[in-house]
Amino acid sequence: MILVGAVSEIPAGESVRVQGQVAIAVFNVDGEFYAIDDTCTHQDASLSDGWLEGCAVECPLHAACFDLRTGRPSGPPARKPVRTHEVVVVDGQVYVHETIGTEVEVVGAVAEEVA
Amino acid sequence: MRAVTVVGASLAGLTAVRALRDQGYDGRITVVGEEAHAPYDRPPLSKEYLAGTVSEADLKLETPEDASLGADWRLGRTATALDTAERTVVLDDGERIVSDGVVLATGARARCLPGQALDGVHTLRTLDDAIALRKVLVPGSRLVVIGAGFIGSEIASTAAGMGIETDVVEAEPVPLRKPLGLEMGRLCARLHATRKVRLHTGAGLAGLVGSDRVTAVRLTDGRELPADVVVLGIGASPCVDWLIGSGVELANGVRTDARGVTNIPEVVAVGDCANSDRAHAAEPMRLEHWTNAVQQPIVAASALLGRDYTPPAHHGLPYFWSDQYGHRIQFAGHRAEDSTVEVLEGDVTAFDFLAVYRDPAGTPVAVLAIDRARSFGRWRRQLAGRPSTSN
Repeated sequence: MILVGAVSEIPAGESVRVQGQVAIAVFNVDGEFYAIDDTCTHQDASLSDGWLEGCAVECPLHAACFDLRTGRPSGPPARKPVRTHEVVVVDGQVYVHETIGTEVEVVGAVAEEVA
Repeated sequence: MRAVTVVGASLAGLTAVRALRDQGYDGRITVVGEEAHAPYDRPPLSKEYLAGTVSEADLKLETPEDASLGADWRLGRTATALDTAERTVVLDDGERIVSDGVVLATGARARCLPGQALDGVHTLRTLDDAIALRKVLVPGSRLVVIGAGFIGSEIASTAAGMGIETDVVEAEPVPLRKPLGLEMGRLCARLHATRKVRLHTGAGLAGLVGSDRVTAVRLTDGRELPADVVVLGIGASPCVDWLIGSGVELANGVRTDARGVTNIPEVVAVGDCANSDRAHAAEPMRLEHWTNAVQQPIVAASALLGRDYTPPAHHGLPYFWSDQYGHRIQFAGHRAEDSTVEVLEGDVTAFDFLAVYRDPAGTPVAVLAIDRARSFGRWRRQLAGRPSTSN
């Protein structure tokens, strides 16, 4: 598990980048935390720098949008989904369970509140 | 509408096809492309592709889902005329494609120098251009780039990264003066120095030296820069000659309204060839930006199909980026010659900052950032959120 930080350090609408085997972007969407691979699958850009709109993040370079729950791109220019990672909150601390493996899984990975 | 012809098989053309299908159009679509290649992405041509870190396959724009677009592709064929009365596109082999709607997405072509072409002199616009340039950009060769615009600067940056001795010649006092202004252009000049690329600003081009093959570039002050390879990065012209006399209004490209509609009903123009009315701008603008090529076709497709579509507000602002010397430059908005610029965040000497341009009344009109994507995104949205000018 990778420690992301205290819940209070990641306000709603904000995102942080942490380093696992690859860089991971963690988002706070109105109190729900989501984690995806930080690097856009289209071209080199950091999704944690992107614009959050509901449960989607828009890549800061080309405006490719990814659904934070599934990792799926909502349309061109991105073609491949990003990996999602499980997020858990324990005692006010946010952790990421990195999805290991190169295969991108397109399944929902919703933040789980463990309080 | 039963048949649409899209002239141009690049990013804007493919996006137009996708947009037509996304918006429910189920009639025939024919796409005419001058290049033999299926649609590909151009930005990497001056960077990763030239450096050899991505392959031709990586540039492909089509996805497996695009198989369902059901378009009829005519690649390697050139449109030579448009008969607006019948909305018929005439191809170089005489074929006439009759349709109800036409999307003009013919793009632009790289400008060349007048006179005899010498071996070793290149432009970079198409994949074939990049393949040719990649062959000759080998370590030990000496490269002179004419023009320190985005393409020229990116090629110089890539070449420097490959260990190629590089000179850049720029007629203006700083690189990128027109898009970014003097002050920020001066900063970009320093980017070249970080990789020991010699930038010659305020330097007029007197001519190329060589009988069959280029050997040097001669400047108006008499200096000669030895060269094995010369790349001309001196801009692009819209590919609209084939439309002269067609009745489609031309003025620095195809003149359109804000939705991409030309003076001929059911003929729209998108991407680099379209000189369109824009939100926030008093004058029509022809934008050679990647982002424009993925946004404008969606609006134009809706106009062609008679549907309502309101694009997100931040699509109304011109936006471009450039990757040079390990840094990412991003710009959005409308900078005018009388705009002033102020650095609001970061450190210009470290090439990590955000600067905002304001008009004489003090209103922010554009934003520039180097390696500050997050703040840039916020400013871009904020700028787009202001009311559109209607003058």
